[in-house]
Amino acid sequence: MTVKQISVFLENRPGTLAEFIKVLEKSNIDLRALSLAENEDFGIVRVIVDDSYSTIQTLKENGYVCSMTRVLAVEIPDKPGALVNLLSVLGEGGINLEYTYAFLSKKPGSAFMILRVADPKEAIAVLQKAGIRPVCQDEFEGLF
Amino acid sequence: MQHRYFDPEIETASPEDLRRLQDERLVETVRRVYRDVPYYKKKMDEAGVSPEDIHGVKDLHLLPFLSKEDLRQQYPDGLLARPLSECVRIHSTSGTTGRRVVAYYTQNDLDMWEGCCARALTAAGATPDDVVQVCYGYGLFTGGAGLHGGSHKLGSLTLPMSSGNTDRQIQFMTDLGATVLCCTPSYAAYLAETICERGIRDQIKLKAGIFGAEAWTEEMRHDIEDKLGIKAYDIYGLTEISGPGVAFECEEQHGMHINEDNFIAEIIDPATGEVLPDGQKGELVFTSITKEAFPLIRYRTKDICILSREKCSCGRTFVRMTKPLGRSDDMLIVKGVNVFPSQIETVLLNNGYPANYQIIVSREKHSDKIEVQVEMTSEMFSDSLKEVTARERALVADLKGMLGIKCDVRLVAPKSIQRSEGKAKRVIDKRNLYEG
Repeated sequence: MTVKQISVFLENRPGTLAEFIKVLEKSNIDLRALSLAENEDFGIVRVIVDDSYSTIQTLKENGYVCSMTRVLAVEIPDKPGALVNLLSVLGEGGINLEYTYAFLSKKPGSAFMILRVADPKEAIAVLQKAGIRPVCQDEFEGLF
Repeated sequence: MQHRYFDPEIETASPEDLRRLQDERLVETVRRVYRDVPYYKKKMDEAGVSPEDIHGVKDLHLLPFLSKEDLRQQYPDGLLARPLSECVRIHSTSGTTGRRVVAYYTQNDLDMWEGCCARALTAAGATPDDVVQVCYGYGLFTGGAGLHGGSHKLGSLTLPMSSGNTDRQIQFMTDLGATVLCCTPSYAAYLAETICERGIRDQIKLKAGIFGAEAWTEEMRHDIEDKLGIKAYDIYGLTEISGPGVAFECEEQHGMHINEDNFIAEIIDPATGEVLPDGQKGELVFTSITKEAFPLIRYRTKDICILSREKCSCGRTFVRMTKPLGRSDDMLIVKGVNVFPSQIETVLLNNGYPANYQIIVSREKHSDKIEVQVEMTSEMFSDSLKEVTARERALVADLKGMLGIKCDVRLVAPKSIQRSEGKAKRVIDKRNLYEG
């Protein structure tokens, strides 16, 4: 009940993100979601793509340092209050979020949250108890 | 122009008299270290030379060299030539764990050293009527203690300011009417700039400055001289040999006179160890001939320079050395601290980073800056910015622990560090200190 996220090291200077995206484009990789964390010197770009395996192959061939992480993708209604509900469940369940970001799919009325937690199993248990079921990789692909 | 000397007889002695004095003192020193320091005896025995072979400076080349490695090996007191009860002080080189060198001084050693600094101050025009502001660091570093002692010996009013706290430096400089400034050239340039910015140049009475402990260019000299309206003098020294004042500039500002009654200088080919004639560029080697506690025989400084015995119009007969023109090893001097790339490499490897790194030294606003660029690897990478940043911070802290100065770290993309002939260029020194 997790999805694969690929994180890539980029230097924090003009053009590095564009170069990276061009590499994906050349290999016909489709981006599903993207988020970026940065400090003065470098950034970590996190992406969810249609084909994780070929993305990692492509990135390695092009000399990028990258890693794959299992993250949770949770569907919530695209309306005010929905995110508060999700976060409250996690907070009350004692789950700390390392980071999170949002994306939309073609599915009308729904929004999706990516959650990075230290222990996905524990978080899934807390979510399921509250009737929330994270999306698995196959379901995820069906969204686009 | 009237020339002033602190020790006129010695400083203007005829070359023959000076040589005789050196001969006597060398013979005595070699006998003494052979008798009292087992390490010297061992080295000389291994080289097949005995004290009886040394009749004067002409035989100096027979003696084995001493390197910083020897000093480290014999840390802390393996080269001590007098009982500890006769020693009154130590100083230590900048540099770090495992790389420190401790030098011991008897009272006579301090007197000699302070005398050398008094000569330097006198050559820069200082008299007992002057007010000498010493803003070299005090403590283990020899800068503060050396010029402080020299100023005392000369009888000048001494302001023991130590380094830093620019506002207080400028306040004392103006309120107490300091006439001679002693500090690193980069700090002098910073003070000069600050004084000009504040528009208070007419409130200072400085006439001269003695600036050492790091390399500086003629351009920097002129900049400081113009901004402060002073004459800026260079000074040379090493903790191992005593400290600042081993050599000093006179009003000619054309090379530094080596205090030859205390130190014999040689220039050697760093590759072969062969002694080179005066006028040729090579590694500077010193033999101390008056030091009691910590005498050094043929100590390799790794500084590349040229000696000149051309007559100097100041009247001093001491040989002159150029500013160091480079190093025969890869040591960098950053903020007056000795830094070896190998130290940085050790810290990187201990922290799990690869040996693909580059050290970039620059000077911004007259202050040295050192940055280490390290290539990111899969092992050190994570999707968490927190983790990667924490690792980076740990590296910064370890580098500071090893080097004693703050070192910026920049994590860069794999293979982004330039390589020439397959090898990365380890050090880029943008300061151009040794040019021109």
